[in-house]
Amino acid sequence: MTWPQLAALAALGAFHGINPAMGWLFAVARGMQEGGRAALLRSLPPIAAGHAASVALVASLVTATRSAGAGTAVAVGGGVLLVGFGLWRLLSERHFRWVGMRLTLPQLAGWSFLMSSAHGAGLMLLPLLAAAPPPGHHAGHAGHLAAAPAGAWEGLGAAGVHTAAMFGTAALLALVVYEVVGLGVLRTAWFNLDRLWAGVLVAAGAITLLSTV
Amino acid sequence: MNRWTPDPTFYASPRDAVQAPAEKLAYVAAFDRAAQRPDAIAVVDVDPDSPRYGGVVGWTDLPHLGDELHHFGWNACSSALCPTAAHPHVERRYLIVPGLRSSRIYVLDTKADPTRPEVVKVLQAEELAKHAGYSRPHTVHCGPEGIYLSALGGADDRDGPGGIALLDHTSFEVRGAWEADRGPQFLAYDFWWHLTRDVMVTSEWGTPSMIEDGLVGELLLGRKYGHALHFWDLRRRRHVQTVDLGDQHQMPLELRPAHDPTKTYGFVGVVISVEDLSASIWVWHRDGDRWAATKVITIPAEPADPALLPELLKPFGAVPPLVTDIDLSVDDRFLYVSCWGTGELKQYDVSDPFHPVETGSVRLGGIVGRTPHPAAPTQRLAGGPQMVEVSRDGRRVYVTNSLYGAWDDQFYPDGVGAWQAKLDVDVTAGGLTLDHRFFPHGDDFRGLRVHQTRLQGGDASSDSYCFP
Repeated sequence: MTWPQLAALAALGAFHGINPAMGWLFAVARGMQEGGRAALLRSLPPIAAGHAASVALVASLVTATRSAGAGTAVAVGGGVLLVGFGLWRLLSERHFRWVGMRLTLPQLAGWSFLMSSAHGAGLMLLPLLAAAPPPGHHAGHAGHLAAAPAGAWEGLGAAGVHTAAMFGTAALLALVVYEVVGLGVLRTAWFNLDRLWAGVLVAAGAITLLSTV
Repeated sequence: MNRWTPDPTFYASPRDAVQAPAEKLAYVAAFDRAAQRPDAIAVVDVDPDSPRYGGVVGWTDLPHLGDELHHFGWNACSSALCPTAAHPHVERRYLIVPGLRSSRIYVLDTKADPTRPEVVKVLQAEELAKHAGYSRPHTVHCGPEGIYLSALGGADDRDGPGGIALLDHTSFEVRGAWEADRGPQFLAYDFWWHLTRDVMVTSEWGTPSMIEDGLVGELLLGRKYGHALHFWDLRRRRHVQTVDLGDQHQMPLELRPAHDPTKTYGFVGVVISVEDLSASIWVWHRDGDRWAATKVITIPAEPADPALLPELLKPFGAVPPLVTDIDLSVDDRFLYVSCWGTGELKQYDVSDPFHPVETGSVRLGGIVGRTPHPAAPTQRLAGGPQMVEVSRDGRRVYVTNSLYGAWDDQFYPDGVGAWQAKLDVDVTAGGLTLDHRFFPHGDDFRGLRVHQTRLQGGDASSDSYCFP
């Protein structure tokens, strides 16, 4: 991983963190419902953990498969999948449905995992993961299969960097809204990130595909 | 098409919603008791600065006959801001309008011309029957899984159980019955929820055979109408607990939970006690880890000369208040109670829900009183304040006068007529004043009777909130 790649992973993390639908707003609601900042702060780690799990699943799959020598197939298959998923999200008016607000912390992590997965959060990292040189690269081509575990570790590392940025952004926003500006700000400042999000997915898919040409 | 920023009529909390601008239009369900002309949604100008203030400025006939419009609601509301599955960029623009007698469901689009809603979808009774097994659709609420719609009757000539059907958020198709396990619940009527507690509450009226030809005296005196509340797990769709108010308390109808999501109480009105014809208001609340209900208001019957009473009431020599609708202001401070029999709208300060204080009262119509409106002081009014709706800022209250076709005919046999009135509220000290400039009535409604009012942008009984 190069510094620009790490910076890009962190930027995407911040982008995911900004989205109220990804969890910080739920943390604010839990703080308000239970009447304290402690409840808000307690809610953030499970939300980040769920997000991390969703992203890490995709990232480790991608990097491990690439390390096993299927880099082009991953890029092409993943790119096509991304463009399709992004277009579907752009054009469909369906939204994630979930009933129930009284969740335990493990259930909260589960909610976050499903929310992130349904939005394709991990897929969005594909161009970065596909562009990184495979970990086994320097050792020549002899150890492809043996390099798969190392590749998976690199994917997990990428997910970690991404999630740290997501967590920091979400925590900052949750605290600012909870302590300072109040929820009224949602009425004007909550832009329809779904469309932007879908656009980024399509762009990420396109970049991944182009980079294989 | 979704919006770039949230729908401006969505508010995260009731505290914010109270700051909402005043409504300019009201939508009113109007129905033809004879079922010879189409029912309609009437649009009333409620902007005091408009030259047509208090007039019916729009009208949408429905394409069929005999629907008996009753209650209706919006496709989306402030619950779209709830954080677990937020979708704040949908628009509040469609009215979901069920026909209580026909079991049809209409979808009306108010966007292009808010004074002339356009029918964009009609679901026939078979749709509700086939997919959900229900008939006689009633209350509509926008919620986490889609649009929830209560129904009084079963399908295929089954009288019950009634229950709740789910409609798709976007296509408005019937997705199915909501209940996974209804337990002992059989009778249905109203429902609402404590969203942040994952709790649904439902109330009981009667099955179609018990109500459609009028109130049945033997059933009432036999205590066969509903008298219980049901509490459900909203997330798992399971019945959790029945709270029986006692079978003398017949017909707990409208449910008004506190808008503040950190509160776990709500109010329900009971139409009549078979012991003394009184009506009552109950508050439901937590009692340890169970639900309980406590009677907090009793409104007594008023003695009357039997000669002035309809057949049904002559043996009793008294007018029952017949509390058939209640409404709670968005700030949870004032509860409005419609006494349709005695012709009175009462206002209570319910800041302490267990100790309501009466702060206002206005008389209009009534079985014996026939109190006129000051705008037409010589016209003795039939019907009484019935459906009551409160503006989001709590400063204006609207009432209409018809209860339900067959029951209108029993209690007001010489004709119930049609009228709507508006009251101004002193939100500081409490108190109600009739607006002399606002009195659409009679021919304004083209011979139809009027039932529920919905205010443009939302009102006190349309939206639920996930933030305090």
